[in-house]
Parts: sequence; structure tokens; C-alpha cells
Amino acid sequence: MDKVMRLASERGVVLFSKSSCCLCYAVKILFQELGVTPTIHEIDQDPEGREMERALMRLGCNTPVPAVFIEGKLVGSTNEVMSLHLGGGLIPLVKPYQTLC
Amino acid sequence: MFSFYNYVLCCLFMLFFSSSLYISMYCFLPDFKLSNAYNINLTCTKAASIISSRSMDFPSTQFVPSRTMGTYEPIHQIGMWGENFKSIDSPNISPSMIVDVANKLENESETTSHELLAPSGKYDQDASKPLDKIQRRLAQNREAARKSRLRKKTYVQQLENSRLKLIQLEQELERARQQGLYAGGALEVGHLGISGAVNTGIAAFEMGYERWMEEQNKLICELRSALNAQTSDIELRILVESGMSHYLELFRMKSGVAKADVFYVMSGTWKTSAERFFSWIGGFRPSELLKVLVPQIDPLTDHQILEVCNLKQSCQQAEDALSQGMEKLQETVSATLASGQMGQGTYLPQVAIAMEKLEALVNFVNQADHLRKETLQQMSYILTTRQAARGLLALGEYIQRLQALSTVWANRPREPA
Repeated sequence: MDKVMRLASERGVVLFSKSSCCLCYAVKILFQELGVTPTIHEIDQDPEGREMERALMRLGCNTPVPAVFIEGKLVGSTNEVMSLHLGGGLIPLVKPYQTLC
Repeated sequence: MFSFYNYVLCCLFMLFFSSSLYISMYCFLPDFKLSNAYNINLTCTKAASIISSRSMDFPSTQFVPSRTMGTYEPIHQIGMWGENFKSIDSPNISPSMIVDVANKLENESETTSHELLAPSGKYDQDASKPLDKIQRRLAQNREAARKSRLRKKTYVQQLENSRLKLIQLEQELERARQQGLYAGGALEVGHLGISGAVNTGIAAFEMGYERWMEEQNKLICELRSALNAQTSDIELRILVESGMSHYLELFRMKSGVAKADVFYVMSGTWKTSAERFFSWIGGFRPSELLKVLVPQIDPLTDHQILEVCNLKQSCQQAEDALSQGMEKLQETVSATLASGQMGQGTYLPQVAIAMEKLEALVNFVNQADHLRKETLQQMSYILTTRQAARGLLALGEYIQRLQALSTVWANRPREPA
């Protein structure tokens, strides 16, 4: 839990993912399209992966991955990210971290 | 071509036919009246005429049954019948036997009519000897007839069961083909085992969709007439709300059936062919929806134009992300299935792993539906009531046009092969 909290409160956009998860891949692509490079933690490649998964669930995510944190605050999973984006609320949140070429 | 054996067979048939007919009447109609004997004899003579006209060289006019037959005539008819047989070499068949049967049965019936018996008096002399034989034969006939009926009943029941089973198997096979799970061998049993529940889910969805479509068409009509009639914004608001919640209902139904059979939702089987042509992860593309809607809801304020523009962009981005995620899923499943050595015919481990990966497909379908829902809802926030009503009407009519295209396409004249 501590690890997750520590990693989640890092600056910027944090994404907890699994390398095998295709929905996580979709979220990564979305951020890419927005010109954002999130800090990605592949929990299936982390030795403490199991605990991190449990911690994420306890934080309120239906599925442990993908889980998006911006400025230490939990945004949610794919559903929430999509809704936020379509509602126009995602871009303002990630604006400081957009690296538009 | 006439033959002696033909005659024998036909006579035996007539004997059996008439006796069994009489017996069944006697058995099943306790108050069987002698007057019915007339009908039976009529039938006998009819049967005789049919058989005779087909296989014998008799002029059929002699056997035409008359509706105005009196009670005495049947015997005469039989006599005639018998006489005609007599004229051909058929020593085994005695016309008196036929009449004796009628007599015997008439004697056994509850009500006797002496008028009928009287003219047959001259036949009584032969009645006693073959009587036992006849009785036995009649009993045998009864037994045979009953057994035959039972066999027929069982046979028909078996046929019905087989037919139902065949229909069921065909349906399952069709499902398996669509799902692409038809792998032959060990996998078939498992698939057919669960298909019961799947078929129920699919059947329920298809029924629900039919009702949904009917309701949808009604809503479209109401929207159309409301917009043409310059109704108030309040009434329009109600219609818009109904339209929106109707779509939400569809997404709920789809979510349910996706859990049962995600491939079914992916294939879009419940839709018409043209609709399927445009299908994207089990439904319409959100960006396509916007492309159809926006030109129909002019004029937009500047603010609205900006918001719609943003929505179009974010919608497209989300769509692209999901599409690429889907491609990744395909690659993953394909790589899993193709892993390991091929050529040994053993593949269950690969299939098991691929199954796990494939479970993500349900998530993708749900995400795609979520995107469609969000797009619709965001549009409803941006637009005024009247604009939203026009938008819903346009969307509904677009789908109706797609459906019309499917029908016309299916019925188009084809070039002869």
C-alpha cells in the first residue's frame, strides 16, 4: 500500500498498468495522442505486484489496472478517463505535462 | 395388369378394412346404431370401387355408391360385389363370408334390426362353420391394429424428438460457426455444454431487441410529428429524455448479452447487413454518430461550435485508442495460439492461455458502448432541447435508412448464374 501511495503521489500523470493488459495499452495510446508521457508502473513486472494490485483495489478501483493518478489524485480506470476526456475535463488536468512537438 | 393374387389381396384388405372399421365403431361408440352399418357398407363399397377401378377390369359404374340407399340396399350392394367376384376365379373368397361378417357384427350390436337381418336369412346356412374362424381372425385383427397404432405413436414421438434435437443442433452449430469456436474434437463437447445458457441469453436479447426496435420506431414518429407541429420545449424535453433513456436501455441489454456471449455482440448478428458493415466493436462508431448528427442541428452558436469541435476531437482520440487496444488484443491472442510447436495436433495449453486473454474482449465491448453512451450524453448537454430532438430524429432516421438499404440490397435483382 505504501509503495502504491508513494508512487501515486509522484508529480504528473501516473499510470499503473500490466504489460499484458490491452485496455491499459489503449489508455497509454490515448495519453500518447494527447502528447502526455505518463509515468508507467507495470505491476506484473514488479516483485510486489500482488500487494500493489490489492492496494489499488482498496483505493476504489474496480479493476486494479489501468489506474490513472494525476497530481496524486485518483482519476480512475478506463471508464473514468474516457468520460473525463469526452467531457473536456482531461486536457486541462494534463496540460502542464503535455509535450506537444 | 390383373392377377389372381391381386384379387386375393384386395379382398382380404376389404374384409379387414370393413371389419376393423365396424369393430372400431363398435368399440368406441357404445351406442353404435345399426343405421351406421349403412355407412360402413357404403364405405366398403366405396373402397371396393376405388380398388376395383384401379386394378380390376370391372366397369366402375356398377360400384357407384348411392346416397339414397335404403336399409335394404347395402346387402344388395354386397351381394353385387360378391357376385362380381364370383365371376372371376377366386375360390378362396366367398361373398357369403363377407355378408356373414356383417351379419355377425350386427348380431352383436346392442340394437338389432330385424329388417336388416331378414333378407340375409338365405345366407345363414354358412354362418356357423367359419364363425369361430372369423371371430378369431377379428380378434387377431383387433390386436394387430392396436399394436400397429401403438407402434405408430411411438414412431411419431421419436420423429418429433429427433426433429427438435436436429433444430437445436443446427442452432448450436450456427452459433459455433459464428463464434469460430468450432475446433473439432475435444472442444466441441465443452462448447455444446454451455450453449444452453448462452442461447437463452441470446434468445432473450433478440426478443428484447425486437421490442426495442418497435419502440424506437414509435419514438422516431413521435419526434417527427412533434417537431413538425411546433410543440413546446417542455414536451420536446420529455421526448428527448425518452429517446436518451431508450438508448441507455439498449446499452444495458448489450452489456447483459456480452457477458453471455461476447462474440455474438461483436458479430452484430441482430442488426441488418448494412448496419453490420459500419460496426465498430459491436456497435456504431461514436465519431460516425457525430458526423451524421452535426449537419442536422444547424444553426449552432459559436460556443456550441467550439464545444462540438472539442467533442469530435476527444471522441476521435478515444476511438483511436480503443481501436489500437483491440489490435493489440488480436495480436496477443494470435501470438498465443501460434506459440509452441505446431504439427503435433496438441493445442489445449495454447487455447487455455488464449482464453484468458480473450476475456479482455468483454471489457473492450463495454468500453466501446461506454464511449457511445458518453458521446450521446455530451451532445445532449451541448445542445438545446429542440436541437437535441432534431439530433435524435436524425440519428433514428439514419439507422432506418441503413435498414432500408439492407432490405433493398437483399432484394435486388440478380443476374442469372
